[in-house]
Amino acid sequence: MQELLTQLITGFGLPAWLSFFLWAVVLYGMVAVVGQVAVVFMVLMERKVLAWLTQRKGPNRVGPWGTLQTVADGVKLLFKESIVGPGQDWFLFTMGPVIFFAPSFVLYALIPFTDRLVGITMPLGLLFVFALSSLSVVGIVLSGWASNNKYSLLGGMRSASQAISYEIPLVLSALGVAVAAGSLDLKTIVEAQNQGPFGLFSWYWLSILPVSFVIFHIASIAEVNRIPFDLPEAESELVSGYNTEYSGMKFAMFFLAEYASLFAMSALVVVLFFGGYYSPVGGLMLERFAGVHDNTLLGLEMVTWTVLKTYFFIFFAMIIRGTLPRLKPDQLMAFSWKFLIPLSLLNVFLVAALKMAWMTDGMLLTAGPFTFNLTYWITYGLTGLMTFIVLVGFGQLFGHKQPPLPGLSAAGP
Amino acid sequence: MLTQGYGLLFTLFVLSLIFAIKLLVIAWVVSPKAPNPLKDSTYESGMPLFGGAHIQFDVKFYLFSLLFILFDIESIFLFPWAVAFEKLGMLGLVEMLLFIGILTLGLVYAWRRRALEWH
Repeated sequence: MQELLTQLITGFGLPAWLSFFLWAVVLYGMVAVVGQVAVVFMVLMERKVLAWLTQRKGPNRVGPWGTLQTVADGVKLLFKESIVGPGQDWFLFTMGPVIFFAPSFVLYALIPFTDRLVGITMPLGLLFVFALSSLSVVGIVLSGWASNNKYSLLGGMRSASQAISYEIPLVLSALGVAVAAGSLDLKTIVEAQNQGPFGLFSWYWLSILPVSFVIFHIASIAEVNRIPFDLPEAESELVSGYNTEYSGMKFAMFFLAEYASLFAMSALVVVLFFGGYYSPVGGLMLERFAGVHDNTLLGLEMVTWTVLKTYFFIFFAMIIRGTLPRLKPDQLMAFSWKFLIPLSLLNVFLVAALKMAWMTDGMLLTAGPFTFNLTYWITYGLTGLMTFIVLVGFGQLFGHKQPPLPGLSAAGP
Repeated sequence: MLTQGYGLLFTLFVLSLIFAIKLLVIAWVVSPKAPNPLKDSTYESGMPLFGGAHIQFDVKFYLFSLLFILFDIESIFLFPWAVAFEKLGMLGLVEMLLFIGILTLGLVYAWRRRALEWH
């Protein structure tokens, strides 16, 4: 498509940089439209799922089954007054939501929806996804500080500390994927998971990287500030956290960008651990069972799988929001620094050793649990044990046995 | 190079910033503007303001950010290693074991000095 545009522009005798710029505009247009449609759907879905979990009906007045509720809310927020008081730093107060909003939609351009439908193909895709997704925390800290409000400041600071703490397990667990696939290009990572006839079982979540998958999923929920890690906007203690002072369109931008980054993170989980655009039976269903070789039809199937899997993880995040309580800040930090980081460091070596064992034997890396060999089964045992430890550790956070705060003992001073 | 990957990503980011600012400008044009002193005051649960919010802040947050820089640089070093792992072989595994071992000592030190405690 870029080539077509370039030919068209140069055919009219116009310079080449113009075609590049036009292509960027077209690409951003597509990314923004896809992103906003996904967000509008996700907001409705979240409200319906939460209503279902708490035995309510959810939005059901605007449009059939409340389908137009999000659109109505968006239009309402657009026409609301955006209040900026004399206490707030006007420039930083405005730039906060802008910086929070901007990177979340660019992420969509890096995610491979099919083998052709990728906005930007680059060999360092994974690294740039992390770079972009961690930029948005700057916006939160800015808006928390510029609001000149104690709740906002505390929310912004909490958000920063949380984002930097969970960034490390996130990156280290994705490193396992980079070791296993031998590349940082997201498309290569997807292709590497589709080797052999095992389908679902050769994807990285089960075959070699279950520990990475669990750590990555926990850390990605923390990165997008969702329950049980939504301390930056804990409404029962901080009013609304970093967006307490915001109203109108600026608030809507925080809202949009939060859901956009949830979509991007879920899509990243799918790409890294769940076979991206391939079907659970291995390869593509239309190609294997119906013998279709038409690129358009196959592309449609790929998009369908990517979107279905992504929405599965979004749905999972919504169920978590409906069931788990919120953590305390000290639990949150201790869980990352004392538990997830040591385990993910260990995991990098486990994966590297496993890959070394596979390489020396010249075996298929993603053959997974179907290879019977003592050495491999020992490594599988270790991986399974570590996955179990991570899951139990996560569950312990919500247990009843919490250590009391020092100075708050039941016996009194 | 410039028109394929990195340049395109940068242009998209700039376009995204422009798009966000454009949204705010549209909202500014169509939204009502009726400020009054009570509405513009900072929210503090309906109480009169108790000093400003730009105050000294707990040092723990900064301690964690110092530790973060250590581990972030570590992960940046690990990415090229992960990609080149197939070519490096056993030597690469042992070298990275040493590198991460030294950095883990840093984490253990911080842990023992109670830098990871929140209270």
